[in-house]
Parts: sequence; C-alpha cells; structure tokens
Amino acid sequence: MKRYEPILGLLLAAALVAAAIAAPWLRFVLTIALAKGIAVLGILLLLRAGQVSFGHALYIGFGAYTVAFLAPRFNDGVLVLLAAAAGAGLLGLVVGLFVTRYRQIFFGMLNLAMCMVFYSLLEKLYHFTKGSDGIRVEIMPIAGQALDRVTYEWTVFGIALGLAFVLGFLLRMYLASPMGEALAGIKTRETRLEFMGVPARGILLSAYVISAIVGGLGGALIAMTSRHVTPLLSYWTASGELVFIAILGGAGGVLGPFLGAAAYELVRVYAAASFADAWQMILGTVLLLVILFAPGGLWGMAARVLGGRGR
Amino acid sequence: MSEALLRATGLSLAFGGVKAADGIDLDVMKGEFLAIIGPNGAGKTTFINMTTGYLKPNAGEITYDGRRITGMSPRAIVKLGIARSFQLPQLFLEHTVEQNVALAVASRHGIWSPLVPLLRPGYREEARDLLARFGLSAIADSRADALNEGARKLADIAMAVALKPRLLLMDEPTSGVAASEKMLIVETLVNVLRDAKVTAVFVEHDMDVVERFADRVAVWSQGRIAALGPPGQVLADPAVQREVIGIERHATPPGAPHA
Ligand SMILES: Nc1ncnc2c1ncn2[C@@H]1O[C@H](COP(=O)(O)OP(=O)(O)O)[C@@H](O)[C@H]1O
Ligand SMILES: [Mg+2]
Repeated sequence: MKRYEPILGLLLAAALVAAAIAAPWLRFVLTIALAKGIAVLGILLLLRAGQVSFGHALYIGFGAYTVAFLAPRFNDGVLVLLAAAAGAGLLGLVVGLFVTRYRQIFFGMLNLAMCMVFYSLLEKLYHFTKGSDGIRVEIMPIAGQALDRVTYEWTVFGIALGLAFVLGFLLRMYLASPMGEALAGIKTRETRLEFMGVPARGILLSAYVISAIVGGLGGALIAMTSRHVTPLLSYWTASGELVFIAILGGAGGVLGPFLGAAAYELVRVYAAASFADAWQMILGTVLLLVILFAPGGLWGMAARVLGGRGR
Repeated sequence: MSEALLRATGLSLAFGGVKAADGIDLDVMKGEFLAIIGPNGAGKTTFINMTTGYLKPNAGEITYDGRRITGMSPRAIVKLGIARSFQLPQLFLEHTVEQNVALAVASRHGIWSPLVPLLRPGYREEARDLLARFGLSAIADSRADALNEGARKLADIAMAVALKPRLLLMDEPTSGVAASEKMLIVETLVNVLRDAKVTAVFVEHDMDVVERFADRVAVWSQGRIAALGPPGQVLADPAVQREVIGIERHATPPGAPHA
C-alpha cells in the first residue's frame, strides 16, 4: 500500500488542479481543503500516539491571526507563512510542555480548554482583535511579487498544494522513522519506551510541536484564502472539525487528511447549497457511517480497493 | 567472577502492611548467572522493579559498577547498561516483532532521527539476526498482538537483549514457554548472553533450568533472601525444598499484573 502513496498523491493533486481550473469557485474551496488537510496532518500524528486533541483550532486561529496582524507589516505572503509556522511552533512548545503530561481524555480536554481560552481572548480583546467582527486580510505580495486577485488566489492555491506535498512527504518519512515508530509505541506500551531509554514524553512533545506548526500553517493559509479572520476559527467546533476530517479521511496514511478535507469541504459546500438546514445532519450521518463501516476512513477504503492494510 | 557488578544493601520496600522487600543484601558478580527462586508474592519482581528504577525503595541502596543508582529513572538506568524483560511481556502491540526489536536497536543509537526509516539496513539486519538466534524468524513480520504466550515472552527478552546491556534482569523468562522447547530456548539464550559477556539475573520457577544454567541461586521468601549459594547446595537444602520447591510444584501460574 505504501508504494502507491506517492502515485495516489500525485493523482489527487492532479484532480484538485483540474477541478480548480474547471470551476474557479472550487479553487477557493479546495485551497481551504488543502489548508485544513495540512492542519489535520498534526491530528494524525497525535492519533498515532493514541491521543486525540479537541483543541487544535487553537493553532489554526493563531496562524490565521498571525497573518492578519503581520501581513500589513511584513507585506509578503512567504514571510507571514514563516512567521505563522514559527509562532505556532513556539506556542505549541509552551502548551505542549503542559499538555503532554496527560493522556487520553485529559489530554483531549486540556487542549480543548487551551483553545477555548484563546477563543475568548480573541473575542474579549476587542481593542486589539476587533472581537467577533474579525480582521480583514488584504491581498499581499508573495515572494516580493505584487499580484492581481486571480493570480494571488492561484498562487496561494499553489503554495497550499506545494506545502501539502512537502509536509506529507516529510511526515511520511517521520512516521516510518525511529521517532515516528516510538510515537506509535506510546499508544500501546509507553512504559516500555522508558525501559529502552527512550523519553516517551519528549517523543510526544516533539510530535505535538510539529502538529502545532502544521496547524499554524493551515490557519495562515486559511487567512490568506478567505481574507478575513474571526474568533470562530478557534471555536471548539472548529477543533472538532479537524478530528472529524481526520477520522473521515483515515489516520493510516498522510493522504488521509487530504482525502478527508476535500470530501468534507465538498460535501459541506454542496450540502449547504442544496439542503441549507440539514447539512450538519448529512455530515453527521457520513461520519457515523464511516466509523461504523469504514473505521480506516477514506484512505482505508482506498487501501482495501488496492489490496493492502492502509498502514 | 570476584567483583560485584550490582550490589544491593538493606533494600526495603513496603506496600501498606506487605513487606515486599525487607532488608535485601545481595551482590551480583560480574559475568555470573544468578537465579532467583521463591514463591509467588515473595518480592522477586519487586527486586527487579527497584533495580531498574520503576520502584523506589523506602530504605537501602543499590550500586551498579560502584555507582549509586537508587532513585534514578528507568531511562537513566538503562543508559548505564541495565536492561530487563518482563513477567508479563511488554511489547508494542501494533508493531511487528521485527519492528519491536528494531526499536530497541534504534534506541541504543539515539532515537532522534526523524527522516531515516526505522527498518534501515543496519537496524533491520541486527533485529533479524537476533530474531534468528531466538528462533523467531518465522514470526518476524507478525504483529505482536497476534503472538502466542511463549513467542511474546521470547520477543520481550529479545528486545531487552537488543539493548546490549551489561546486566540483564529477566522476570520468569520461561513461564509460558512450552515445556518441550524450554531447554533449547534457554540454552540458546544462555549462549547469546555468554557470547556478549552479559551478567544475568533471572527469576525462575523451573528447578531443572536453575540447576543446569545458574551459577548461584538466591531463594526469596517474604521479602528476604532465605538462602544463597550454588544450585547443587541450595536446592538440596531440606528447608528450601519444603518451603520453595514444594510450594512451586503446586503453585498456580502468577496472574497478578506486574510491571
Ligand atoms: N505496585 C505494587 N503495589 C502494591 N503491592 C505490590 C506492588 N507490587 C508488588 N506488590 C506486593 O508485594 C508483594 C511482592 O510482590 P512481587 O514482587 O510481585 O512478588 P513475586 O514477583 O515474587 O511474585 C506481593 O504481596 C504483592 O502483592
Ligand atoms: Mg513476579
């Protein structure tokens, strides 16, 4: 199965590009999907360790507001992306030092708590954040090039796709490395790691920092695409959405988050257009079906079709 | 064989009213194979747990190679060259047997390499070699949660051996291993350990194994060492026969969770 991953990745990328060319409005939806897929890579890492974070919208919001605050100052898309990644990584380190002491439900809920604190700060510090009105993000030059709107949107789409590839590739190597396999060892036998001289908490913390960085990048890309940030980016439902996408896509491989995010965004857009009041119900039903009948998610289903284990 | 590698003095640890260790004094000599025997609940596992940093004694101290290790973390103690296997095997259940052993190999070289595969040529061969020596080649690609009790036990020991320790503590290495394969497996294990000049302490219920492979035997009873000496002498002692071996014959297999 692993062998097919790069080819399937290329096919998926080609399909996304084709869709974005065919229907310009899909370009927006798919850029958001790629951004969320990138963030969900972080959820996937933590799932490997058997941990579920219900608070990773914290890093989405942090990355997005970093763009909103710094874009006017830095005036370059590449620089704000780097700043969002670095800032989210630092925040992840600080929060991670605390939350990686805990496991299971405590880990999940502490992440949720952190996210809620951040959300209310965004709401309450009106003077700074403009509260629930949010902040507009103007089109910015990218790598020194001033761009018109369409070129800008294509460029952000391209950056999202490129980052998805590079990060997916790197994380795929990471998961098969001693560090990544030790991370998976936390799920089944954390104490054995200690008896092998491996600091389990350090392993989890490094995964957590990576998850924060990709969360920040995802949030920054969302801000650059939607060009408007609000505290809702860090609302608890947004955290749940990331977990939803991770389960929908499947945690067995790095393509899962992108399959999940694309499916999620497309279902959401079409369902919202066709059944304005029922789209949450449709998504809920989809999730229920996936959990009951395809616990490996979309990636697991693809893997079964191609004859493999999905991991 | 004259120098102590591990020295325990006055080790004591009580759980509530139960004295799991009650003034243990023991020297483990460099290069020796020391068997620990004694009834269930005597405190054998507790001794291993204290030596490997999992439990902290209430009193007494442990030195390893002249260095005090009491109170150190399991991680720090492993780094000094003390490894252990477990009464209840502690495997990474969702990994294959080969990956389990390769992780132990990797942990020796430093686990912090994020971009090179765990099953890189060097590690993979080392893991495969070790599995071959343990007769586990056929199940190298099986997931650990699919193994039978005996194979799990051996894989667990192979992981400890993969750490290349100077001192290896094994908690009931042959329990769960089929009687027909037991002697062969222990012999293989002993050869691996002798080749690597490993000092070994092992908790054992099979007196044939003890008699054949141990240089010395320590008899545990209610947190104390009741007798210590060469197997021929200790196992012939009528008190030991009555209190330990007699009980052993009728003892049910230990079922309590052990770290
Ligand atoms: N972590 C623990 N908490 C409470 N009691 C324990 C713990 N570990 C061992 N004991 C008790 O200490 C005594 C010795 O246990 P143990 O060392 O496991 O014996 P053995 O390995 O010789 O069968 C037993 O009475 C056991 O119930
Ligand atoms: Mg025991």
